[in-house]
Amino acid sequence: MKVIVNDEPRELPERATVADLVAALALGARRIAVELNHTVVPRAEYGATALHDGDAIEIIHFVGGG
Amino acid sequence: MKDPLVLAGREFSSRLIVGTGKYASFAETRRAIDAAGAEIVTVAVRRVNITDPAKENLLDHLPLDRFTILPNTAGCATAEDAIRTCRLAREAGVGTLVKLEVIGDPQTLFPDVPATIEAARVLVKEGFQVLPYVTDDPVACKRLEDLGCAAVMPLAAPIGSGLGIRNPFNLRIIVEQSRVPVIVDAGVGVASHAAEALELGCDAVLMNTAIAGAKDPILMAEAMRLAVDAGRKSFLAGRIPAKLHASASSPLDGLIR
Repeated sequence: MKVIVNDEPRELPERATVADLVAALALGARRIAVELNHTVVPRAEYGATALHDGDAIEIIHFVGGG
Repeated sequence: MKDPLVLAGREFSSRLIVGTGKYASFAETRRAIDAAGAEIVTVAVRRVNITDPAKENLLDHLPLDRFTILPNTAGCATAEDAIRTCRLAREAGVGTLVKLEVIGDPQTLFPDVPATIEAARVLVKEGFQVLPYVTDDPVACKRLEDLGCAAVMPLAAPIGSGLGIRNPFNLRIIVEQSRVPVIVDAGVGVASHAAEALELGCDAVLMNTAIAGAKDPILMAEAMRLAVDAGRKSFLAGRIPAKLHASASSPLDGLIR
């Protein structure tokens, strides 16, 4: 299936979850947050949150700012 | 002398809050924060670079047991975007304190006050401790305080301008009326500006560019720490009234004739 991650298309295996995506990006240890189709996904629900073709995902972290 | 800043129910010994933008490296960022003696540091919320996700991360240099992380909503131009950014920041696990800024004009970076109030109302209801960046307008500050913000953060001058406090009289009115901390946010350029903010009775100062953009950021961070400390002590000590004419310091009795 094809999803959009931070505005970039990405191919994922069928039945992939948010946890799979985070693992594929090696972001597990990071302080990040994930939004699926404009709704925040709590960290505890990554494994149970299935992704679907056409989903839009935002993954954020903290950068320098004032 | 114990004189903590009490913000959102927590005590801080430093009255200088610093940003983490515009530094040459994360190591320099950390050195500047340490030189400033800051305990609260602002950060921005941005997309992870998914083409190179292994890149070094700012928070690797800011242990959460030592620093209070204050995510901002910089770059947001609508209440909706600011609320969304805060929700994401909270989920990233750095707490519920947020610096709310909703920009109303890209050139001056002045806040959109109605949108800021609208976003603050939603965020307070959702349990955030909201520190709103706002114009030096006593009425806007009052509205934000009344709806439950943990502090108000009037600007001294436009973000990054270094102009210093352009309207000390408004700041005095805001200090006089506020029951939450007043934090001067934005516009400070040099140490004397920071001292002036504290002398006016403001509770703290938040700055980024004045330190990060200085030729020697570490030295400027130290200067700001000393200025904030001096300004606070000067305020607490109670100044003499300003007078037009002189008043001699030495006695007139016993002058030689």
